[in-house]
Amino acid sequence: MYVLGIETSCDETGVAIYHAEHGLCTDLLYSQIEMHSEYGGVVPELASRDHIRKLVPLIKQALQESGLTRKDINGIAYTAGPGLMGALLVGAATARSLAWSWRIPAIAVHHMEGHLLAPMLEEKPPAFPFVALLISGGHTLLVQVEGIGHYRLLGESLDDAAGEAFDKTAKMLGLGYPGGPKLSKLAERGRPVLHFPRPMTDRPGLDFSFSGLKTYTMNAFNASSQTDQAKADIAMAFQSAVADTLSIKCKRALQQTGLKRLVVAGGVSANKHIRASLTEMTARENAEIYFPRPAFCTDNGAMIAYAGCQRLMAGQQQALEIFARPRWPISELSGL
Amino acid sequence: MKQYLNNTEETEQFGAQLWASLPTRCLVYLHGDLGAGKTTMVRGFLRAAGYTGAVKSPTYTLVEEYNLAGRQVFHFDLYRISDPEELEWIGIRDYLDQEAVCFIEWPDMGKGYLPEPDVVITLTAEGTGRTIELVKKV
Repeated sequence: MYVLGIETSCDETGVAIYHAEHGLCTDLLYSQIEMHSEYGGVVPELASRDHIRKLVPLIKQALQESGLTRKDINGIAYTAGPGLMGALLVGAATARSLAWSWRIPAIAVHHMEGHLLAPMLEEKPPAFPFVALLISGGHTLLVQVEGIGHYRLLGESLDDAAGEAFDKTAKMLGLGYPGGPKLSKLAERGRPVLHFPRPMTDRPGLDFSFSGLKTYTMNAFNASSQTDQAKADIAMAFQSAVADTLSIKCKRALQQTGLKRLVVAGGVSANKHIRASLTEMTARENAEIYFPRPAFCTDNGAMIAYAGCQRLMAGQQQALEIFARPRWPISELSGL
Repeated sequence: MKQYLNNTEETEQFGAQLWASLPTRCLVYLHGDLGAGKTTMVRGFLRAAGYTGAVKSPTYTLVEEYNLAGRQVFHFDLYRISDPEELEWIGIRDYLDQEAVCFIEWPDMGKGYLPEPDVVITLTAEGTGRTIELVKKV
């Protein structure tokens, strides 16, 4: 079974083709390829959320690159939520209409389910059950994953996502926006002279809050000499506070669930300091840790194709309607 | 109207008072630097309406939507918008056409595509707290 996956929930336009037995055939993100000839002109970069113009050429390209035609596709999976209504509707309308005209089933996929199942695309996927930490610019979540469709939200950020806190702190330190990776680079030259609070670690529970840390950092910066060294010291203190907070909460999640596997996904999982800190923690806890490859950590079509394929194979499919849901609690998903 | 807010709690309280005083259809511009307390103020507004869930910053999602006590609230953050034309692509007119209170953080990023506001709120960090200024435009 070949499944075409379509992701348009936020900024990225992603298209992939996944085969139930052979695995991933193609995984394309709009930004990765040149498609100027498809339009007879340059696509304006300003419309970064302009999925309408990108999606169909990307689907054509995915078919071409995998040596398939539309007749080979057995189902279409698309991100139905959560996300921006306008962006979701482009994917939903395109997917549903194509599936109807090709006489194949369509399936609506939850964006976060895609992220949680992305590690299953790796050669050595983790076995269920596991605890997943998803840390990106838009999300900070801890989820207990028992199997496909069986998710329990353990904790989430009550305000800013971890990646957002990095990007905004970088901006305050004059590193531009988004500057999360630049902040980590700067932190390497920092000295361990400052100690920032570890938000919400002194009380029980698995929720996060990074907004207060952002304001704390701003006050520390305003009170500092604002030299390059002072900025590096602040960057280091901030990064350590985030890394420690994540480790403390993940440790607590493993202990509370009694699970011994941690999967870390999302763009922020590329941060070396956070990786090291979580790896040390899992080693102390005698737990295993998995980091999916970076391309599967950020938004992509592959995870949507994979998740959709599992649901289609279980006999689920979408009615003849264009279904999109900007707010969609993951707990409402059905199991397989 | 200008006021000094000492801490997060007072910023939320200010937002809570707005729940009673703003009309059900209202466009509010929110000015203020990163960390000035814009989202905190909106949290207070939503708490006053009885909303108990997380009030996340909409920086990445661009808009967060709430339906409370029969009233609709849209909380926008245009920080990541690189060109005001992008507002068309996210369907801004569909949101603003509704009977709703719309809070817009970083409204300058949407110049030319946003209507004139009914209320302008400016938060400025000062000492360990912030000052807040509210101007009604009508």
